[in-house]
Amino acid sequence: MIIVGAGPVGLAMALDWARRGREVLVLAAGDSLSEGSRAICFAKRTLEICDRLGCGAPVVDKGVSWNVGKVFRDERMLYEFNLLPEPGHERPAFVNLQQTTLEHFQLEALARTGADLRRNNRVTGVVQIRDRVALTIQCPDGEYTLSCDWLIACDGAGSPVRKMLGLKSEGQVFQDRFLIADVKMHGAAAATFRTERWFWFDPPFHRNQSVLLHKQADDVWRIDFQLGWQADPDEEKKPERVIQRIQAMLGKGVEFSLEWVSVYTFQCRRMERFVHGRVIFAGDAAHQVSPFGARGANSGIQDADNLGWKLDLILRGLAPVELLESYNAERVEAADENILNSTRSTDFITPKSDVSRTFRDATLELAAQYPFARKLVNSGRLSVPTRYADSPLNTADAEAWAPGTPGPGSPATDAPVLAGGKPGWLLRHLRGEFTVAVFAAGGEVPTELADALRYLGSLPIVVRTVFVTREGSRRTRPTHGCATLTAWLLRAMRRTARQSTCSVRTSTLPRGGGDCPRPGWGRRCAARAGPKLPSPQ
Amino acid sequence: MGALKLEPNIVRPDDFYDALIALHRGLTPEQSAKVNAKLVLLLANHVGNMEVLKQALDAAREPDQG
Repeated sequence: MIIVGAGPVGLAMALDWARRGREVLVLAAGDSLSEGSRAICFAKRTLEICDRLGCGAPVVDKGVSWNVGKVFRDERMLYEFNLLPEPGHERPAFVNLQQTTLEHFQLEALARTGADLRRNNRVTGVVQIRDRVALTIQCPDGEYTLSCDWLIACDGAGSPVRKMLGLKSEGQVFQDRFLIADVKMHGAAAATFRTERWFWFDPPFHRNQSVLLHKQADDVWRIDFQLGWQADPDEEKKPERVIQRIQAMLGKGVEFSLEWVSVYTFQCRRMERFVHGRVIFAGDAAHQVSPFGARGANSGIQDADNLGWKLDLILRGLAPVELLESYNAERVEAADENILNSTRSTDFITPKSDVSRTFRDATLELAAQYPFARKLVNSGRLSVPTRYADSPLNTADAEAWAPGTPGPGSPATDAPVLAGGKPGWLLRHLRGEFTVAVFAAGGEVPTELADALRYLGSLPIVVRTVFVTREGSRRTRPTHGCATLTAWLLRAMRRTARQSTCSVRTSTLPRGGGDCPRPGWGRRCAARAGPKLPSPQ
Repeated sequence: MGALKLEPNIVRPDDFYDALIALHRGLTPEQSAKVNAKLVLLLANHVGNMEVLKQALDAAREPDQG
């Protein structure tokens, strides 16, 4: 098994496998971490995955949390919004952090494993022969060949592996250019600019275009200038020109230095399929979105999260190769959702017709006064995990999910819990294996449920059981509580596979979480629901 | 008696906005203007209440100075 690419997605994949005790080889064409900020906003789901992969804490600690966003047009602020953190979740909705810093933390975690990361090792040839993938690799000492059972291509938007296999990623090219600058503020300037997201439509310092200002770690601000299609990238990248633009924006006397500059255009596109025989694509190699809404790295890391356990089960002979079809179906669905959302943001920021611009401007004018119009202003929508409503892994439930509960294929939501008397978080107890979360308000488990759990225990796949009760919790909110007995089956990636009658949001007390009778589940296809769990009212 | 709703009222605002822009795809400016006029008339008929319509008319005409 070989991973190509050592960006956030390749490294997440490597960490996932290393913690499953697998031998991991990562081939990276470059010789160092990625440069500059690139991806800067990491969403809650990504942070939760990082927790599972052993690098969540430094990312959250170093990352910048923000809640307040301001939208400006021309010379004035139209409105501000406050994305209050959701109560009862361990991790914030997102943190801002330079991509290179995220990679640094991922590498630190990877160094604690036996993973083999080979930099300066460029894949120059890929051939699939039956169930093997043969690679030619160029390294400073010359060329060598390797073969593997599975190749995971996380080699970015330009994916050389994709090209070498003659595969395409197709979609829409946006005729626009953006300048991104990482700017370090010095002295008083660092305190002047707040930890907020500021977005300008048509500001006086950059007419007819948009500008985004966002804070990152270490007093570095990220500024995105929309340049328009006619701009000359080489000219725009010249430091004196960038500095001029930034001075016009920040005002004279603000002391800053330029850390990194890049000009980019973008596309919204994806491969038709992400699984091609023994080569599996993840991240930008498989799908690319516009940067509005922070969906690139976030969705790529979720690809890795989705793929890791499936391939692991296949390699252990516990699931058929067809399980990978669910990776394809689920992540294609997620990619389409991300492409849709980021295309809409792009269309709002850069209207493609006069009438579209008229509506955009009218929306902005109304937004200054009327809350309804603010919901229509779209400078990027927060990345949230896709609900796999139609996943082939979803099976019918014995009974309907109660209103307000997440439904099958939803990501599990966090909740404060007590475990062994100590406060903690529910998601920490759903560690990445299959888990049955039994919500038993009173703590009693009826015989038929105990029998079902015992049956799961007789299957070869390990399924943990976590009992969640209300006992001893001081923060129970009965309205969200588990009034009735319910069992959720959570896939290895903490998604509900089936069955619920109550929300997980209640404060709860897991008991005996961990090593209950080692139930297992579903031999023929790992993630299909096995026996129906009874859920007595 | 009626008050113009100014708080968010559209369940999926991005879907609506997308459909609105898509409605105009491929139209000339004249055609777009006519489509918009029809849209206003259709929605006005749906609202029906003159008091509410009057508030909407005023809000739409208000100079941009909020």
